[in-house]
Amino acid sequence: MPWNPLIVAFCCNWCSYAGADLAGTSRLAYPATVRIIRVPCSGRVNPQYIVRAFQRGADAVLVAGCHPGDCHYSTGNYFTRRRFLLARTFLEYLGVEPERFQVRWISGSEGPKFQETIKEITQAVRALGPNRKLRDES
Amino acid sequence: MKRIGVYICHCGTNIAGAVDCSKVSRYASGLPGVVVARDYVYTCSDPGQEMIKQDIAGHKLDRVVIGACSPRMHEPTFRNTLAEAGLSPFHLQMANLREHVSWVTHDREEATAKAMDLIRAAVARVTLHTDLASLEVPITKRALVVGGGIAGIQAALDIANAGYHVYLVEREPSIGGHMAQLDKTFPTLDCSACILTPKMVDVSRHPNIDLLAYSEVVEVAGYVGNFRVRVRHKPRYVDSSKCTGCGDCVEACVMKKRIPSEFEAGMGGRSAVYIPFPQAVPLKAVVDGTRCLFLTRGKCTRACEEACSRGAIRFDDSERDSELEVGAVVLATGYDLFDARTKPQYGYGILKNVIDGLQFERLACASGPTDGKIVLANGCEPEAIAFLHCIGSRDVNSNRYCSRVCCMYSMKQAHLARDKTRARVYEFYIDIRAAGKGYEEFYERVQEEGVHFIRGKAAEVSERDGKLVVRAEDTTLGRPVEIAVDMVVLGAGLTPRSDAAEVAQTFHVTRSQDGFFAEAHPKLRPVETNTRGIFLAGACQGPKDIPESVAQATAAAGKVTALFAQDFLRTEAMIAQVNEAMCSGCLWCKPVCPFGAIEAVTITERSGRRTVEREVARVNPSLCQGCGACTAACRTGAMSLLGYTDRQVLAEVDAICLGTPS
Ligand SMILES: Cc1cc2nc3c(=O)[nH]c(=O)nc-3n(C[C@H](O)[C@H](O)[C@H](O)COP(=O)(O)OP(=O)(O)OC[C@H]3O[C@@H](n4cnc5c(N)ncnc54)[C@H](O)[C@@H]3O)c2cc1C
Ligand code: SF4
Ligand code: SF4
Repeated sequence: MPWNPLIVAFCCNWCSYAGADLAGTSRLAYPATVRIIRVPCSGRVNPQYIVRAFQRGADAVLVAGCHPGDCHYSTGNYFTRRRFLLARTFLEYLGVEPERFQVRWISGSEGPKFQETIKEITQAVRALGPNRKLRDES
Repeated sequence: MKRIGVYICHCGTNIAGAVDCSKVSRYASGLPGVVVARDYVYTCSDPGQEMIKQDIAGHKLDRVVIGACSPRMHEPTFRNTLAEAGLSPFHLQMANLREHVSWVTHDREEATAKAMDLIRAAVARVTLHTDLASLEVPITKRALVVGGGIAGIQAALDIANAGYHVYLVEREPSIGGHMAQLDKTFPTLDCSACILTPKMVDVSRHPNIDLLAYSEVVEVAGYVGNFRVRVRHKPRYVDSSKCTGCGDCVEACVMKKRIPSEFEAGMGGRSAVYIPFPQAVPLKAVVDGTRCLFLTRGKCTRACEEACSRGAIRFDDSERDSELEVGAVVLATGYDLFDARTKPQYGYGILKNVIDGLQFERLACASGPTDGKIVLANGCEPEAIAFLHCIGSRDVNSNRYCSRVCCMYSMKQAHLARDKTRARVYEFYIDIRAAGKGYEEFYERVQEEGVHFIRGKAAEVSERDGKLVVRAEDTTLGRPVEIAVDMVVLGAGLTPRSDAAEVAQTFHVTRSQDGFFAEAHPKLRPVETNTRGIFLAGACQGPKDIPESVAQATAAAGKVTALFAQDFLRTEAMIAQVNEAMCSGCLWCKPVCPFGAIEAVTITERSGRRTVEREVARVNPSLCQGCGACTAACRTGAMSLLGYTDRQVLAEVDAICLGTPS
């Protein structure tokens, strides 16, 4: 079987999860590489989750939330933005290619953007090959 | 070991068309803890739900996983199913096999594999689900309305008419706000006082409304349903129970007409003891403590006291506070007119016959300082008047936003000027924004009345040969124009109240970039704030005309009465919780919380043989909305979000990554 990358996506309930739902209702096909974990707000995503996903063998991690200024909880995603700038630098420092960790703002009306995002990340990660860096080989 | 039931829904062919549902259910039956796994054609149907309930009883299930459509669709349905079967509704986890799998995946094998992954994750997660409970908090069914302009008046009346008690707090001696200062109102040109004063009287007479004029809110504590509010009553130096509003004291005051009247926008004078305007509500005199000669210098004949046959003047009055308990708050504090002095190029405050929009309203008003005659400072009728739009608005150096009302009010005033004088009238505008019912028609009417419209923002007003010269670039002709007039009226925009920042802080509401109070969602929650139980009405939320202010006020009142229609309020169940033993008291979580739900509390605990006091974070369950932002900010891991604990989310992560073919 050809290698298929695995993308673990944390999607906020109000915007990006809804955006993924809309991609579905609009029947916008995208690669079956992504597994979505629903979280209330992108601000809930602990950097620890990202590291854990890479350790357990994810090839890419996506954190998706509402557009800044549109957060259901008004300011949650501002913290997300700051926190993940740091997380990205940290991951790079550990040797994880920046393409493997993506933060995107996808609103509930952006089904096509969700589809595009998954296609894009899948392509980028396919080019990089499997993640070996943080993976624990247990 | 938990006893888990797994149900894979076909959703007709919606899921079954792309996913091999029976294969997924067979796979699920092998997962740890799963005692029954089935696939079914329509799980959400009555028989589908019945099947789950029977399994819960028959197989003694304590956890349920449903692989079906999006939880955003049917999670409430299935939570109900569990509750009806006597299980905690939170012991459910859904896997989204339709929107996230079957509808977006063409390859049946890939779709089936993805579905199995999602089910495995759901099973791993549901094992860790706990019972969650929301609290029931009683609601105090009284409302506070802050600000007695048209928006506050309307909100107060609507809530009071629904049968609830309202405190209406107004900082000025009378309610009415800016609308009371207006002459006629666009686009119908009805007289402002004629439509406003009956409402003001209704407020004063309403058995459900307590009007607290000349008062301000100084402190707000508590949360939705249970706010405690401290109100400061400024001294009136007049016994309201005795004052009849006859005005004898006003006539007698030695400072008569010597103080610029706020109500007349400085166009007329008042006394030190005064009634703001003839239709004021409450119709009681008030002594201005900052201008009264006796109160400021101790020296005066106290002519007012002598003139008052009722003995209502009381110089020994003093400030006092009172406490109110309310369940909801409507903020309706309105706006300030843009201060045209900050744009000296227009000559406001420098050149005599340059006035702003509110001053023009007073000039045009029959009960104003000139009895409705539009005259220059020297008392003569102007031969030409220019109205300048967008003063302060749509300007990166002052207010970027459009103030929404100035185009319309300038055109209204142009009409009044044409009606009352023989003057030539010019309008200098960037665009005419007349998007309201009947507004465009009004624009056409004013054009037909012979008002000259010049497209171009005025750049400067100067004085030459006793005339005011307006310089602008006419952008339709593409060349500069200069027009000499006798009077210039500045269409000044609307700005947030000068004290909006403090008021926002007092009520724990946020402000938008422009400084107006921020609504919870610009499209879907336009009258709520991010603090539950606090609502917005009128121009305090952004520039608005009267119809919009009234509509929003009624909407806010509707939100309040909908809240009061309940006896108890359910708090969120999925809220943050602090493990006090682990909390280091750094309070990094506190500024992250958008709802101000986190407080520092001091706890006493045993440490060895000693008893120590220590500060920790605590979450107010009535305020927490469950975003979980605080959990990610907590460095010790003391903060956790019920229903989305680290263990639960990581279980999903682990289960998803495990066993993926690579
Ligand atoms: C020159 C001009 C002409 C206009 N003409 C028209 C027109 O023809 N038609 C039209 O539809 N609209 C017109 N408008 C717009 C109109 O004035 C507003 O839409 C309306 O007044 C908004 O009402 P409001 O109750 O929100 O605010 P306001 O009228 O500003 O009332 C707010 C009230 O709250 C009180 N307050 C403020 N802060 C506090 C506090 N902290 N505590 C207690 N009380 C407080 C104030 O004293 C005031 O009484 C005009 C505006 C201007 C400037
Ligand atoms: S961030 Fe964590 S440790 Fe710090 S005060 Fe808040 S709950 Fe306690
Ligand atoms: S979960 Fe969100 S709302 Fe609740 S306390 Fe934490 S930051 Fe505040």
